[in-house]
Amino acid sequence: MTTTTTRMDDPDRAPRVVVLGVGNVLMSDEGVGVHCVSALEAGYSFPPSVRCVDGGTSTQVLLDDLEDLDYLIIIDAVSAGARPGSFVRLEGDEVPHAFTTKLSPHQIGIADLLATLSFIGRAPRRVVLLGVEPERLAFDLELSPVVAGGLPELCAQVVAELERLGLAPTARAGQAGA
Amino acid sequence: MGQRITIDPITRIEGHLRIECEVDGGLVTSAWASGTMWRGVEQILLGRDPRDAWAITQRFCGVCTTVHAIASVRAVENALAMAVPRNAQYIRNLMIAAHAIHDEIVHFYHLSALDWVDVTSALKADPEAASRLGESLSNWTGNGRNELKAVKERLAGLVEGGQLGIFTNGYWGHPAMKLAPEVNLLAVAHYLQALDVQRTANKIVSILGSKTPHIQNVAVGGVSNPIALDSQSVLTMERLLAIKQAIDSVKTFVDEVYTVDVAAVAAFYPEWTALGKGITTYLAVPDFPLDERGTSFETVGGYIPAGDLAAYHPIVAFGDEYLRTNVAESVKHSWYRGGKGALHPHAGETIAEYTDFQPAGKYSWVKAPTFAGKPAQVGPLARVLMAAAAGHRPVLDHLDRLLGLIEAVGKVKVPLAGLHSTMGRHAARAVMCATNVDILARQWQLLVDNIASGDHATFEKPVFPRGEVSGFGFHEAPRGFLSHWVVIENGVIKNYQAVVPTTWNAAPRNEQDEVGPYEASLIGTPLADPERPLEVLRTIHSFDPCMACAVHLVDTTRREIVKVRAL
Repeated sequence: MTTTTTRMDDPDRAPRVVVLGVGNVLMSDEGVGVHCVSALEAGYSFPPSVRCVDGGTSTQVLLDDLEDLDYLIIIDAVSAGARPGSFVRLEGDEVPHAFTTKLSPHQIGIADLLATLSFIGRAPRRVVLLGVEPERLAFDLELSPVVAGGLPELCAQVVAELERLGLAPTARAGQAGA
Repeated sequence: MGQRITIDPITRIEGHLRIECEVDGGLVTSAWASGTMWRGVEQILLGRDPRDAWAITQRFCGVCTTVHAIASVRAVENALAMAVPRNAQYIRNLMIAAHAIHDEIVHFYHLSALDWVDVTSALKADPEAASRLGESLSNWTGNGRNELKAVKERLAGLVEGGQLGIFTNGYWGHPAMKLAPEVNLLAVAHYLQALDVQRTANKIVSILGSKTPHIQNVAVGGVSNPIALDSQSVLTMERLLAIKQAIDSVKTFVDEVYTVDVAAVAAFYPEWTALGKGITTYLAVPDFPLDERGTSFETVGGYIPAGDLAAYHPIVAFGDEYLRTNVAESVKHSWYRGGKGALHPHAGETIAEYTDFQPAGKYSWVKAPTFAGKPAQVGPLARVLMAAAAGHRPVLDHLDRLLGLIEAVGKVKVPLAGLHSTMGRHAARAVMCATNVDILARQWQLLVDNIASGDHATFEKPVFPRGEVSGFGFHEAPRGFLSHWVVIENGVIKNYQAVVPTTWNAAPRNEQDEVGPYEASLIGTPLADPERPLEVLRTIHSFDPCMACAVHLVDTTRREIVKVRAL
């Protein structure tokens, strides 16, 4: 039944965090969010309360993963007309706004998802969007060199976000920054 | 004087679609459906290992992930003339059915109900009266007064906050909206409850597929789920029981809520059983294979030309020759290089040739598929009509129940001919959803029984011959007949084409300049207010368009526009 959950108010509950990579990996840089999540999962082990999710271009099926979070970190290609490979960090209301004012390729889906979560009282407490300006959006499974080159930095930014929450992941041996 | 209406993009669908209509005397007189996204994703598969294709094709679309994975492995298995272990068929069938149920519920409640339900009118409802009405229609426990009161308050909060959030972009207060406030309130409550139910259905997919939205367990030759009833980390009895529980909980909602709501909407909008007919040539494939080679199925498929059920021609097995030889695609009105006439998918080409929107020339990125040279409608309505033509009781029993409910609520009798309509597509989707719940339960039992008999096989290793082989895989996906066509040379992919359900329905004019199903379905539709063409959305949404099938980023500057101009 759809009633407002009280789970979030449980003081003993560990903070719940999701790192959500979105995008289409068939479209080169469009899939940078998914590539980032794969690199993070390969390079680090995460505390139990942090989950990495490869969201692809899905929306509604992600509801289950995203409700009642304390912190949602979305990673995506963000077209803001900046230099390809440059980073952008948006927070709070800027995030759904970015998805509705077309800064991100996934505007409709993610904005609707956040609006739905908010309507049923299960929205994440905080939302951060870490974006990368894409260079190439052609059919290709590989990232462009400039965006691929920025992947370690993007991963480091996610790690830094988690460190600030006291939930730093541990680098796997020989894989740090991968 | 005539008018030209352009709706671009159509909202609450997956992907980008533009509809243009000519309107004269308040009626749509002609229409053009234009897919505004380039679709040439198949080229990414050329030169790759056919065993990897399913993992790539499930990235075509964020909604239809599972269906492209299934069609892809079936295509490669067909090319290799492989048998697939029964357990693998059952496990795939469970995922297919659960995904379909999820998709059908999401489509009705979250993508199309708002064409019929006026959310703002729900604010005028008396929760007490709404609860009495709900309880008179079904045994659902979620129609209680307190529940409905809470929903109304939540909705009021949203409206007072000055933004409708998920309910923006609706034509609220439109003269074609007819439900009473209490019915609207019930519908909004069910909209919210459906969010939970679709998750339960999806949970079945994730238990079996390891992950969603992108399943991990499919393989050419079977599935990668090892079966051991007494072991952790594999498919255990505990996981199978969790699936059974999910099936039961979804069944209650589908029988007591979804089916009843569709009947109520149909009863309040009986005129929509006579509108939106369009192309009455139908195509569907059988699905849920019950044996290793796909010669016996849970559902029936076939071809019905020009609405004539007596002329039904069945499609009976994987690799069906009648199906294989009759599919072709035209690009005469699509933004691809043509000149060769309609081509069979194994010879299909996808070379872009963009010309701008030319109503008499090329105007869409969607190709125009034909069956035996004719455009065909695919989807749940096609499935239900195949069942009617074949006398397939498991589907017809649910159809009879739904038609009985419409009659009970609205005192209107909808004949079988009334299914050739906008409302018929919604009714058929609900009927297929209820059927899919039954199939889910049966497939679960078949899997459990087969494992208990000692058969634990889930995978057969594929062997690729030297030289060239070709094949096709079909799947009756939620939106209709999906086919993947593959040519393999020396173990690598030489050609790959996906002919997706929405390509059939959203097709532009074909080689003979015949309109496609969306286009045909709009002709004759009355519009109460051309500035707010709700009626066009009702019919287009009834097909459940999924245009994504490739990309999400094309033109990020576009906003929803309805342009109306005099001709």
